[in-house]
Amino acid sequence: MSLDLATTRRIAKLARIGLEDAELEATTLKLNTILGWIDQLAEVNVDGVPPMVGTETEALRQREDVVTDGNCRDALLACAPETAGPFYTVPKVVE
Amino acid sequence: MLTGLTLTEARAGLAARTFSARELAKAHLDAIARLNPTLNAYITVLPEETVLAQADAADARYAAGTAGLMDGLPIGIKDLFCTKDVRTTAASAILAEFVPPYESTVTAKLLKEGAVFLGKTNLDEFAMGSANTSSAFGATTSPWRRTGEPDVALVPGGSSGGSSAAVAAGLALAATGTDTGGSIRQPAAYCGIVGLKPTYGRCSRWGVIAYASSLDQAGPMTRSVADAGLMLEAMAGFDERDSTSSSRPVPAFHKAVGKSVKGLKVGIPTEYRAPGLPEDVLAMWEQGIAWLREAGCEVVDVSLPHTRYGLTSYYIIAPAECSSNLARYDGIRFGKRVDAPSLDAVYEASRAAGFGAEVRSRILMGTYVLSAGYYDAYYLKAQKVRTLIRRDFEQAFENVDVLLTPTAPSAAFAQGENQNDPVQMYLNDIFTVPASLAGIPGLSVPVGLNNAGLPLGLQVLGRHFDEETVLSVGGALEAAAGFAHRPTLHAGAGA
Repeated sequence: MSLDLATTRRIAKLARIGLEDAELEATTLKLNTILGWIDQLAEVNVDGVPPMVGTETEALRQREDVVTDGNCRDALLACAPETAGPFYTVPKVVE
Repeated sequence: MLTGLTLTEARAGLAARTFSARELAKAHLDAIARLNPTLNAYITVLPEETVLAQADAADARYAAGTAGLMDGLPIGIKDLFCTKDVRTTAASAILAEFVPPYESTVTAKLLKEGAVFLGKTNLDEFAMGSANTSSAFGATTSPWRRTGEPDVALVPGGSSGGSSAAVAAGLALAATGTDTGGSIRQPAAYCGIVGLKPTYGRCSRWGVIAYASSLDQAGPMTRSVADAGLMLEAMAGFDERDSTSSSRPVPAFHKAVGKSVKGLKVGIPTEYRAPGLPEDVLAMWEQGIAWLREAGCEVVDVSLPHTRYGLTSYYIIAPAECSSNLARYDGIRFGKRVDAPSLDAVYEASRAAGFGAEVRSRILMGTYVLSAGYYDAYYLKAQKVRTLIRRDFEQAFENVDVLLTPTAPSAAFAQGENQNDPVQMYLNDIFTVPASLAGIPGLSVPVGLNNAGLPLGLQVLGRHFDEETVLSVGGALEAAAGFAHRPTLHAGAGA
């Protein structure tokens, strides 16, 4: 499989990474070089093989559904580039 | 020379009051002031008063007889571990000003054992790379030079290249690293030090900036195998804040070093004799096999038939997880923000400006392999191949106790080499990636120099949670090799 420019543009949009038109071609070429190489996976027979989703050394744990952390709103907000009172700010999204 | 000690030697010196933690810390700060401008191993060096205050507290604990495992030992922290109130960048422009309000579990454990933090070491941006050339804060240069080529700057390996350069050059007694596909072991091999990637789950990932969560694992980078055991003891242990953290007890790892390896079975994976493997790497591997035989090990050939698909499945799985993990850098909640007229435009502009080229292409690749229509062909397929790779190792470990391989397919290369072809760069990880996929522990031990005067490492792989046998075999290799070479640039060399 290989990418065309429109597909690269689409995945850049999905990934929310702005790509200049000038970068589109070089990016597509680089991704296609890598894809051409990983296509060798097609030759492996995986019939009946389950996917490995983690490293499966530990079972998932459960715990009481209680708050164990928090009360650090101001510390977390202090990491933001722009805030207004106890809120993050974004450009207007509703007309 | 205080900057040339192992952790074990330094701890003995501190306990005997031969020197103070303050003197030890000061010697390292002086070495950093002298050599860091050339090596760029540290992104952030902590202020002298902060470092010396930590050292003074350690001296007080030695005087009171309450010293911890790492007390008074000056170390570097890879700038991927969040450190409370100390800037943590992941070597990315997008986090250039990020100061975490919390401490990662691993660094908190090291502090609890009395370690003295010198600063935050350089890395490839978000730990994605094998050369430490993609840092937004400039490349780290290896302290090693090829014989007769004093002006050719070499890479320290990556992604934990700042840590490996700092430890090799005497700018820290040891350092933390993280390894997703070889990022502890390969730079350790390139810089002639010891690097241990523990079993997945040994060290908590909480507070470590995530790259590929099913692969990321923290570990020690040190000057001796015993030091790696000692430091892992301080770093490891259950953490309820990491859902993949192991609840197994933490053994006294350093005691595994020096144990007899007589009668252990060592497997040599035939598939790792890759075509085109350089003569010097092959010769060092043969030498390692001979040393282990002399130490009483039984050496047998084993087969890991899916080895050649390790790298390709890694370069689907890791970018997929990266694209998901790095979605959080949106310019809103933390990190750099580029203003634009709409919310989507803020995301796109902030991420375009904040991420470097390699990070952007891995996010795009990951987004593609997870996207509708391609998920089964790429991501699901790679996860199934990952099962096969894990089974290869499990079958091999039914017959052998450890595996011995080269750590990397070559010695360190020059800055700028391997930059144009992404696949060529990815091949540096060919021997380290399979163990990451399987989640098993791997140790790189420096064993000798090649004809150009550069260090080569051998890798010992073991069963899940059997770091102790890995450390025992690593200790035997270390004893046989007697590697005592120092890089061209180091704190003890003439100015």
